Amino acid sequence: MCLGIPGRIVAITDADKMLAMVDVSGVRRSVDVVCVAEPGEPLEALIGVWVLVHVGFAMSRIDEAEAAATLKVLAEIGELDGEMDAIRTGSVEALPSLPVSQAN
Amino acid sequence: MRFVDEFRDPALAAGLVREIGVLAARLERGREHPVAVMEVCGGHTHAIFRYGLEGLLPDIIEFVHGPGCPVCVLPMGRVDDCVAIAERPEVIFATFGDAMRVPGSRKSLLQAKADGADVRMVYSPLDALELARRNPDRHVVFFGLGFETTMPSTALTVLRAAREAVTNFSLFCNHITIIPTLRALLEQPDFGIDGFIGPGHVSMVIGTAPYRFIAEEFGRPLVVAGFEPIDLLQSLLMVLRQMALGEARIENQYARVVPEAGNPAALAAVAQVYEPRATFEWRGLGSIAGSGVRLREAYAAFDAEKRFSVPDVKVADPDACRCGEVLTGAVKPWACPVFGTGCTPEMPLGALMVSSEGACAAYYQYGGMRGAA
Repeated sequence: MCLGIPGRIVAITDADKMLAMVDVSGVRRSVDVVCVAEPGEPLEALIGVWVLVHVGFAMSRIDEAEAAATLKVLAEIGELDGEMDAIRTGSVEALPSLPVSQAN
Repeated sequence: MRFVDEFRDPALAAGLVREIGVLAARLERGREHPVAVMEVCGGHTHAIFRYGLEGLLPDIIEFVHGPGCPVCVLPMGRVDDCVAIAERPEVIFATFGDAMRVPGSRKSLLQAKADGADVRMVYSPLDALELARRNPDRHVVFFGLGFETTMPSTALTVLRAAREAVTNFSLFCNHITIIPTLRALLEQPDFGIDGFIGPGHVSMVIGTAPYRFIAEEFGRPLVVAGFEPIDLLQSLLMVLRQMALGEARIENQYARVVPEAGNPAALAAVAQVYEPRATFEWRGLGSIAGSGVRLREAYAAFDAEKRFSVPDVKVADPDACRCGEVLTGAVKPWACPVFGTGCTPEMPLGALMVSSEGACAAYYQYGGMRGAA
């Protein structure tokens, strides 16, 4: 929850709502990019950029080497699996097939 | 030095350890106490143990594990409030997974869920908002928890809910801020900490300027650090260098992620949505003035505390636990009578055993019993 996890922005999903699709170690989810967007720059400029993602919010732009080093530390201190699990199982937005959405 | 081999740059790590040794020897002269350096962030605590950094350092250097694990400092009474809200039939209670096992005086959120409360583990507050959109006949409460690292995420989610006029979403705000907490620690009469390793991801949001009082008023150095073992060794060295020169400054070892001014968009959202509370209670530390935030009046419609009358009863920690003394660095976890016996990660009594970033859980997991014999 407190340690960010590196991911790469692969698409802008909703420019009006400042949402982008981020690939985190092969798992994709929708992420808020308000905190890494450059004022006056089109959001598309973020595609391909590595970011540190905290609970669904991109909080800092990082480079690829920093992303790799951070993933390594997270794996070594045993936090990576838990964080990936949380993204996989706790992402309501990114998983439209969850039973809750079928009810609507 | 078997641990050094797995570092990104073993030669650099070995060089840092050597330099630390030279400085430590110089600082040791005429000192009666160890050089105590507090790492504020629970993530740093975890990394220090995982990489066995204490074992690489001279005995005179002592890491003291600070209060920077938001799950660990959550008082029992607030967990009881969460359970009370979650047990309401109309409520879906959404939370980060980390908070599920924190003991309350009656039960944890995990036990409340087992007893039938609709508690959902989500990855992001955005997911809680999505639950609200998908369940218009229910009210979704998100348990807002954490320091400045997670505060922008809940603030931005409340702003999103306000923009979309979502009426069945609210936040149970338990965010805490690091600066008043550090000040409260420093104002303790016998606070024996010589310097600080500053939190990386909190600083990414708030920048480095808010720490200046630590150097200017209290004469202690603070170095904001990254999470790799090399980062921690380098930051420790920077603290020791300042001490050896008789200086006290705020330095930033983690500049590749932490801008000096922090993150302006995140800070703006936090300032728009939150205001300081007069006081907030911490597990083990008691009440600290100005250390918590609440939603501003303009966002009262999204404030779970206004929507539901939460019991807000203060509950004392279990008598046997010495969480408070561990949190302030006064004692090591193994000095607590229930450490590893009545209190384990499987059946935690105190919150420091719940999160992997808590000092007790780290000692338990990595066998940090130095000095226990």
